[in-house]
Amino acid sequence: MAEPSHPGGRRPGWQALDRGQRARPWEWVAEQAIRVVSVTAIVLVFLIFVFVMREALPVLLGRVNSAAAQERRALPVEQMDRLDPEELRQYLELSRKEFAEMDRDTLRLLMEVKLEAAEEVPEDKDAPLNTAAWRYLLGPHQWTGYDRPAYIWQPVSSIHKYNIVPLIVGSLKTSVVALLFAVPLALAAALYVSQLAPPRLKEWVKPGIELLAGIPSVVLGFFGLVVLATFLQQVCGYASRLNAFVAGIALGLACIPVIFSIAEDALTSVPRSFSEAALALGSSRWQAAWQVVLPAAVPGVFAAIVLGFGRAVGETMVVLMASGNASLLTWSVFDSTRTMTATIAAELAETVFGGHHYRILFLLGALLFAVTFLSNLLGELVIQRLKRRLEGGR
Amino acid sequence: MMDLSITTRDLNLWYAKFQALRQVSVEIKHGLITSLIGPSGCGKTTLLRCFNRVNERYGYVTTTGEIRILGKNIYDPDVSLVELRKSVGMVFQRPNPLPLSVYENVVFGLRIHGERHELERARLDEAVEKALSEVGLWDDLKDRLDTKASTLQLEQQQKLCIARLLPLKPEVILLDEPCSALDVDGTRAIEELLFSLKGRYTMLIVTHNMAQARRASDECLYMLLGEIVEHRRTEDLFLHPQDPRTAEYIEGRYG
Ligand SMILES: Nc1ncnc2c1ncn2[C@@H]1O[C@H](COP(=O)(O)OP(=O)(O)OP(=O)(O)O)[C@@H](O)[C@H]1O
Ligand SMILES: [Mg+2]
Repeated sequence: MAEPSHPGGRRPGWQALDRGQRARPWEWVAEQAIRVVSVTAIVLVFLIFVFVMREALPVLLGRVNSAAAQERRALPVEQMDRLDPEELRQYLELSRKEFAEMDRDTLRLLMEVKLEAAEEVPEDKDAPLNTAAWRYLLGPHQWTGYDRPAYIWQPVSSIHKYNIVPLIVGSLKTSVVALLFAVPLALAAALYVSQLAPPRLKEWVKPGIELLAGIPSVVLGFFGLVVLATFLQQVCGYASRLNAFVAGIALGLACIPVIFSIAEDALTSVPRSFSEAALALGSSRWQAAWQVVLPAAVPGVFAAIVLGFGRAVGETMVVLMASGNASLLTWSVFDSTRTMTATIAAELAETVFGGHHYRILFLLGALLFAVTFLSNLLGELVIQRLKRRLEGGR
Repeated sequence: MMDLSITTRDLNLWYAKFQALRQVSVEIKHGLITSLIGPSGCGKTTLLRCFNRVNERYGYVTTTGEIRILGKNIYDPDVSLVELRKSVGMVFQRPNPLPLSVYENVVFGLRIHGERHELERARLDEAVEKALSEVGLWDDLKDRLDTKASTLQLEQQQKLCIARLLPLKPEVILLDEPCSALDVDGTRAIEELLFSLKGRYTMLIVTHNMAQARRASDECLYMLLGEIVEHRRTEDLFLHPQDPRTAEYIEGRYG
């Protein structure tokens, strides 16, 4: 900002006023550094989003073709001489430089490889289908060998079946089980800790539960895989040892601290005058907590559940280890299942860079990003509104 | 001789090591308005909160002595807190309606104490009309029973806080500086309300405002440093204080 000039060039006597940043150079440096860091963090998140979207975009726009048998037929090797060099280069999908460096024998070899590849194309009525098109990504199709239309995810079979519905359902199933398990426990704990527990106990229980958040998810997954799976199978007696139920319970353990700490905050910030009023009217502490404080904190509790859902949908390691990873489309939680996150984690490393499988996994990533982003946004908005309302006294 | 509503004998109370009440012995008469005055921190709120035992919410509070309400020592082990708080209602400094509708605020007490047959809609409706009429809110609010209580004016909120005690048919109503959040008109309205409730309920009102104590109460208690200094008819206390400390206080030398 321009410094206001003083009449006659005189400056006010209190010097520190116009010394500005020079008076405290280190603070200024620290401030700038922190600003750079925080802006960088935001930019990074944005760049990640751009990257994911860019990789997924061709699928979104329907520009990817994953048909096992591509339109162009293979040519017999003898025809090599009849093509002019440019046509030959395009047919063999070589760059100009590569093409120039190759001698005739190599080219011939490539022709043979091409022919063999074409002959390997399965004699399948589905071979010419572009399975990366939206109608195969989302709709059922009667694949060869199936007796009715089905939703199938089998990216590495000879016909690449990319139906993402079983994965979405898998993610939902495990998340719903996780929430059904975690929400009652976390809310009960939050209600207890914020309203009923003696202060001494509160000091132990609250950090104890929040410590759960620090358990690496691979450890939770391991616990689910080894301990929970066996235990739950013995208790419930279902067929497949690893399934959506086991994964959901293990996932619930990961969600409890998230839901607990936000719900506990919301309950604690309900003005004490409410519970005081209820107590003075003769309600028990339990009645005051349940009938007055909890209803007053409903928006915060809702936010807690939404954020817990975001955590459940996005969690990977636990479900990768404990869900059985079979991409079946069923509604039973006792069947093995496969989630979007686990699919990406398990398959991305083995895909062809830039290929159709790779792009469809990025599509799943973008979907996950959208779901967790929206649920976190919703949760935060609700929390902000609640805060403003409580601070505003309304 | 009038009936006694509350009697205490040798009541002492400690917050941890700090003694907030010392040998308090008072007799509060049935159906009157008794005001409780004294400088800040002398233990008025503490004494008031003994009568419905809300002090015990803090684990570090110890109480000795006895308090009899309706002839029963409320510190006896067989006393039910729920029943006690039904018959000893409390009104707070800041109006604190529950975050519910006007209607639900009034019937809250019935809902938590009532047997199922008492919770028929017709009975509740009747209780709401009766309670709101008693505090003079019925005409204003009868068409707005479903609005949130927190949207009312402060004065109406405070009246509502009194109204919600009435369906429980309390013996005593404790009021801790009930007008300090209100303006002049609100204060007058509440005072008039207390006056109209006189005779049916024993009311004990803490106030910082000596003019209010003078206007609104029949008897007056002056407290200092956790002790009762003087307890007499309000007129007498203000006109002919017996204790020099009382005289100093009402002349405004401290407090
Ligand atoms: N919850 C508490 N824990 C510890 N000490 C307390 C507590 N409540 C009150 N005290 C102390 O007890 C003494 C009496 O407090 P009390 O609130 O009864 O005074 P008061 O007469 O109501 O004062 P005021 O006119 O300011 O409301 C004060 O010294 C106060 O510091
Ligand atoms: Mg007080």
